[in-house]
Amino acid sequence: MQVAIVKYNAGNSTSVAHALRRLGIEPVLTDDADTLRNADKIIFPGQGEAASAMRYLRQRGLDTLLAGLTQPFLGICLGLQLMCTHTEEGDTPCLNLVPVQVRRFPPGDKVPHMGWNTLDSVSGPLFEGIPAGTYFYFVHSYYAERNAAHTTAQCTYQVPFSAALHRDNFHAVQFHPEKSSEAGERLLHNFLRL
Amino acid sequence: MLTKRIIPCLDIRDGRTVKGVNFVNIRDAGDPVELAAQYAQQGADELVFLDITATVEGRETFVELVARIAAVLNIPFTVGGGISTVEQVSRLLQAGADKVSINSAAVKNPQLIDDIAANFGSQALVVAIDTRTLPDGKAHVHTHGGRTATALETVAWAQECARRGAGEILLTSMDADGTQNGFALDITRQVADAVPIPVIASGGGGTAEHFARVFAQGRADAGLAASIFHFGTLPVPALKAQLRETYQIPVR
Repeated sequence: MQVAIVKYNAGNSTSVAHALRRLGIEPVLTDDADTLRNADKIIFPGQGEAASAMRYLRQRGLDTLLAGLTQPFLGICLGLQLMCTHTEEGDTPCLNLVPVQVRRFPPGDKVPHMGWNTLDSVSGPLFEGIPAGTYFYFVHSYYAERNAAHTTAQCTYQVPFSAALHRDNFHAVQFHPEKSSEAGERLLHNFLRL
Repeated sequence: MLTKRIIPCLDIRDGRTVKGVNFVNIRDAGDPVELAAQYAQQGADELVFLDITATVEGRETFVELVARIAAVLNIPFTVGGGISTVEQVSRLLQAGADKVSINSAAVKNPQLIDDIAANFGSQALVVAIDTRTLPDGKAHVHTHGGRTATALETVAWAQECARRGAGEILLTSMDADGTQNGFALDITRQVADAVPIPVIASGGGGTAEHFARVFAQGRADAGLAASIFHFGTLPVPALKAQLRETYQIPVR
């Protein structure tokens, strides 16, 4: 199986690549259009700032390329936020692969939301064998709003938000499965079986 | 619910753990990779590796070690010790560390905090602060392993670190460190209340009650310790069970 990790300026690919290797997959890190189109699975990690990441993707035409992909696609952390319609971070229009808005956590509790939190609810094939109440590792200052049609997992930190989103072949998780112990490994395993 | 994090810290010299570790199933107590995996399995929430090597060769060994740890560890880990440039940070993050921790270098050159946050994001930056109460009655920042007092007051410095882009504060009380008599609750609470970012309490943790108090009264988001985990005095699973059952503290 060919698993491609999208190479761009905000991809923290090392941990994801290690997690895939622990599952017996040697991923390829690439921004090449043909390699991405021909891969069996796409992983779109992300860490950093949304506006500069979107600018980078647009300048290289990766925005339209990613939107046109049809194989199973998994966005992680900032990857999830970039797949939404718009983020308050830098007032940035995003890829609009899932019709959801990304907002800044309200001041009050500590931001970023950092550490292990439980999922309130889960659904869909990505969460097979992963019950509600399972802990995942989160680090983020912005969150995707909930959407009745597209939210497949919910988490709560100050406000309830989308811990996972899904539309067609596009899947996304706000937490870091590559850093979430056995539960994260199970989720990646589930994704690789889609 | 977001849980309080329990973080074992391992001191590394020339790629090996400095203190012996009392794990039952360990083949090589000096191998940080094996220990890291064992801690992850025990339910540690994160790990910190502190490089106390003084030599250039030792530093190279540490980068190689970070890469080997990243290959096996499925929980987040922070590395620190002697980091003073953006280039060093870049190498350690590329090797697979999730976060770096800086300490004396940030005091000497606060711009380093801005530069690391701008290049890699605040989530990758922990600023470690060693604090001790001076005869003036105020908590002051100390550098060089806590040996050198500075004029900086701890709370004000923590606020400046947060303003410049630190993602977390690792606060070690030199008054409490090594005593196992409990964390320094007052200064932890003052810092935690003063900054909008998470605070990891360190120094003095000896019992589950100490952790419970630093979470409840000290308002820390995480607790870090070394010896009690290494020597098996209070293993991570036992600590978490007590926190959960006796003190109703949410832990994973």
